[in-house]
This record gives sequence, C-alpha cells and structure tokens, in this order.
Amino acid sequence: MGRYQYQHFGYVPPPELSGRAAPSRYPVVIVGAGPIGLAMAIDLAVRGIASVVLDDNDVVSVGSRAICWAKRTLEIFDRLGVGERIVAKGVTWKIGRVFHGDREVYDFDLLPEDGHKMPAFVNLQQYYVEQYLVERAREFPDLIDLRFKNKVIGVRHLVDVVTVSVETLDGSYQLTADYLLACDGAKSLVRAELGLEFAGKLFEERFLIADIELKADFPSERRFWFEPTFHAGQSALLHKQPDDIYRIDLQLGWDADPEVERQPENVLPRIERVLGRSDFELDWVSVYTFQCRRLERFVHDRVIFVGDSAHVVSPFGARGGNGGIQDVDNLGWKLAAVLKGHAPEALLSSYDDERIRGADENIANSSRATNFMTPKSAMEKILRDEVLDLAGEMPFARRLVNSGRLSVPCSLAGLPLQTPSADAVLEPGSPCKDAPLRKDGEDVWLLNQLGDGFALLSFGSRPRIEVTDIAYIHVARPEEGDLQDVTGHAFERYGDGMTYLIRPDQHVAAAFRIPDAAAICAARDRALARP
Amino acid sequence: MMIDLGSDRLGPSGDLFYAELLQVHEGLSPEDSARLNVRMVLLLANQIGNLDALRAALAKAKERFER
Repeated sequence: MGRYQYQHFGYVPPPELSGRAAPSRYPVVIVGAGPIGLAMAIDLAVRGIASVVLDDNDVVSVGSRAICWAKRTLEIFDRLGVGERIVAKGVTWKIGRVFHGDREVYDFDLLPEDGHKMPAFVNLQQYYVEQYLVERAREFPDLIDLRFKNKVIGVRHLVDVVTVSVETLDGSYQLTADYLLACDGAKSLVRAELGLEFAGKLFEERFLIADIELKADFPSERRFWFEPTFHAGQSALLHKQPDDIYRIDLQLGWDADPEVERQPENVLPRIERVLGRSDFELDWVSVYTFQCRRLERFVHDRVIFVGDSAHVVSPFGARGGNGGIQDVDNLGWKLAAVLKGHAPEALLSSYDDERIRGADENIANSSRATNFMTPKSAMEKILRDEVLDLAGEMPFARRLVNSGRLSVPCSLAGLPLQTPSADAVLEPGSPCKDAPLRKDGEDVWLLNQLGDGFALLSFGSRPRIEVTDIAYIHVARPEEGDLQDVTGHAFERYGDGMTYLIRPDQHVAAAFRIPDAAAICAARDRALARP
Repeated sequence: MMIDLGSDRLGPSGDLFYAELLQVHEGLSPEDSARLNVRMVLLLANQIGNLDALRAALAKAKERFER
C-alpha cells in the first residue's frame, strides 16, 4: 500500500459569478466541507433537502486527524450510504490494553456481544472518510452543490434569514439562505462573526501526534501506556490504521516547545524508542493542546452550529468526530421536517436540548480522562500512581484507571421529544439496537430496515396497526412473518410483544405494550414538537 | 470470613468519585492534603465499622512498601 494520494477537487466558478441562473434564496448553506459538513449535506439530501456547501480549501484533511469511528457513528454513516465502505477500508478493533510502565494493567472489550452489523470501532484516517463523503455527496448533483475554494468572509443574520459573503478566485458574492449550518470546525469563522463566547478550559499539557508508515503486524488494538520506560514519566498511545500507518500520541508536558518538538530530528528518536526499531517513515506530525469548550447554545436564530464549531473536547475518547456526527444525525431530520412544513420551527430548539446533553457528556468524560492522564499536583500524581499500582490486582481500581472513556451514544431519555414508558425494554431516548434478521431467505440487519422517516417497529404476535405517514415494520418469530428474528437477538433487545415508535434518526420516541393509533399519533406529534 | 477488597462497588460512579476527590484537594498544601486524606480514612473506617475489613485493607495498603 502506498501513502494516501491527495487529490484536488477543483474550483468551479459559482453561478452567482458566472452568469448562470442562481436562486435568490437557498434553503440551506453549509459552511465547511469536513466530515461534519459533508455528512450534514448528505443527511439533508437523503431527505430531499438541497444545500450549498462552502469550503475555503479543495482537498481532504491533511494528516489522519479523527481516526476512531465508533459503532453509533458507523451506523449513521451506514444510513448515509458510506458505512460499509468505511468498515471495509478501516481497521476494525474492540480490544484496548492499558500498561503501567512495562506491565499490562488490564484490557477491555468494547463490544462483548454478537449480533451487530457494525463493530465497536473502526480506525480510518479522516482523509478517507472525507473522500468517501465527497464521492457520496456527488451522487446527489441536484441537491448538493459543493463549492470548493469558496471562502466565507462574512455572516449577517436576522431572525429569519442569513446572508453570507463569499470570496473566490473570481471575486466575491453573497448568498442568502433560510438556514446557515456552521460546520467550520474548532476555529469557526461563523462563531467569530457572531461574536459568540466559546467558554471552557485549556489543559496545560502538550501532546505530539504522529502518523508513521511501518510494515509490522501489530494487533488491531488500542494500546495505552502510563509512564512507559520508552517515554519516561509520560503517557503514550498507539493505534493501527490502514495502509501500514500507525498513529502515535506522546505526552510532552506543558513546557515543551511545539515548534521544536515538531522537527523530524526530535520526533524520530522519540518514535524509535516507542517501537524499538527505525524502519519507519514519518507521514504527518502535529503538536496539540487539550481544550474542552462549548457554546452556551448551538441554535442562534437561523444559524446553527454543528460539530467542533459548537463544542471541542480533548482527543482521548474519540469524542470529537463521533460527537459531531451525532449532531448531524440529530439535526438532519429536524431541519428537513421544519423546511417541509411538517414541524414547527420550535423543533429545532430540541437540537439544543439533545445535543448539549451529548456535548456535556463528552466534555465531562474527556475532562476526567485528561485529569487522570495529566496530574496537576504532587497529590494528584500520587493518587494516580496508587490507582495504577492497585489496578493490576484489584478490579475496583482497574475501573478507576482512565485512559479515555471511549465514545458511546448519548441517551436522550427524559428530554421533551420522548414519551416516557414504564413498559419499554429499550427506553425512549435510546438509539435503536441492531440485530440480525432474515427477510425472504436473506440475512439482513434491523437498522437497515428503518428507512428515513418515522417507523413503528413491532415485535412478536400483535395485530398490524396502520398510522398515516408512519412506516410499519414487523419483526416475527422464525417461520411466522416476512422479517424474522432467527437468532433471538431482536426479541431480547426490544422485548416480545413490544411496539416502538422510532424517530427518523433511529432513536426510540415511544414504546407501547398495547399500542393504539391515537397514542402513536400523539407520541409522533410530540417528537415533532407540534403544539 | 474472606474479606473481598477487590470487587468494584462504585461502577460508573467511580469516575465521578475520582473527579470529586481531585477537587477537594485542589489548592491544598501537601501537608493539608495529607490531613485531608487521614480525615477521609477515619470517616470511611467508621462508615465500614468492621475491624476485620479494616485490617484486611490496612494489610493490602501496606503491601506496596514491603515489596
């Protein structure tokens, strides 16, 4: 395998500057063609909503950046049509090992159960994910207008309209949109234009991150070291990626000079000590600090922040890219429903409720992991060392060792769109669980049956129930229906005889032991924030 | 009776406890941190209220210095 070949997507003069017909107002303008902006455009296109995507560059991300894609993210990517490709190319893993010094303290298995289409984690460089998303976006030529080298230089927003100023090689122009989605990353220009405070915390720590090319058959595991002999007193992380690329993160301390540390003559000896060999090549190096910040609100009239522009976390835990894709999942169907007139604009404020919960969960987990990894005082260091020392022998101490609590989907239970249910096996607010099924003699997956709208998902022997605009999916015992639970996983995960109302983002909106059309409609209306 | 010191009883609360333990030490001098830890030991000992369990914990804690 060779290294990744960066291709330029190229600049095409926009209609506004080339005399072609251009609408006076667009429904959605997306700023940023990273994984979040591209996934956002595809999610909207799948729902029939057109968008213009603006990016100041015309190439995928340089360096691997976000590499760990969690199960829920892979399920969302699958819904968007790129999941299988990402899994096929990526390195699948679920085992993590934690070392203290040269001693293995413990290992963990992130997906101990069978019967899921998607694995616990796939490692794949962000540039591949972006490439696949660009290629997928191009399958919607009528709905997704990708404009590379179109740099946003100004944003003006009123209560019900947004105007963006854009600069290109051919000059500047303005776009007017119903909604502007800021997917422009941690240093968001849109956020700066709106003058919004990005409150939070900077951790006084620096990490070196490097992609190296190396022919080696290291296992597909996440390996984390506290105070290894090869990197005295600090932490180290090793991840495997496709194309014989490995990711190494090395803690440097706050006093390290990023410019000096980035130089190959300083990076190479450090990595040689990690690997105990020198037959590798450096592909990409960066030095970074940890930050945990978020906007107070993500929805500002018609400007909505998605991904890193709304919240940033420190990287251990894979909660940046995965958190952003969950934002997309949450916002896509809501914005589509509002634009189609199926839901009031109030539905969009539930994106704030639901994704601020997710962001806070990610920030809390990420901050705790960072505090464990980078003790700030002698006392914190002693506490950390003794936990690690006890962890070899004592399960309770193992549980306290924190090298990053890896991204798990956020539960939306208890938030206003969900209808509480005492009977639910899978609580309203939970993302749907996958399960293997059989349909017409073929093996299929439960999540792939759900479609893009609301669905009623019913298990076992119940009379069919018809509700307008809601798809009906019945999972039966073997030999009893079109869609059969031949392994028992689906019945176990959802409960025999239960019926669920599923939101378009594959989350449970309501659960019924004895469903009736009126209760289902009421739950659906509630999930759409209808008055 | 065997004293089970190892089993995890905090579950997901463990991370929260760890964070709060860091928090109470914040800004304390090393000596005050040591005092705080002793007070915590005394309070927890009384909370446990079982001499056999406390003896087992003392022995386990001391192993570190006898290796």
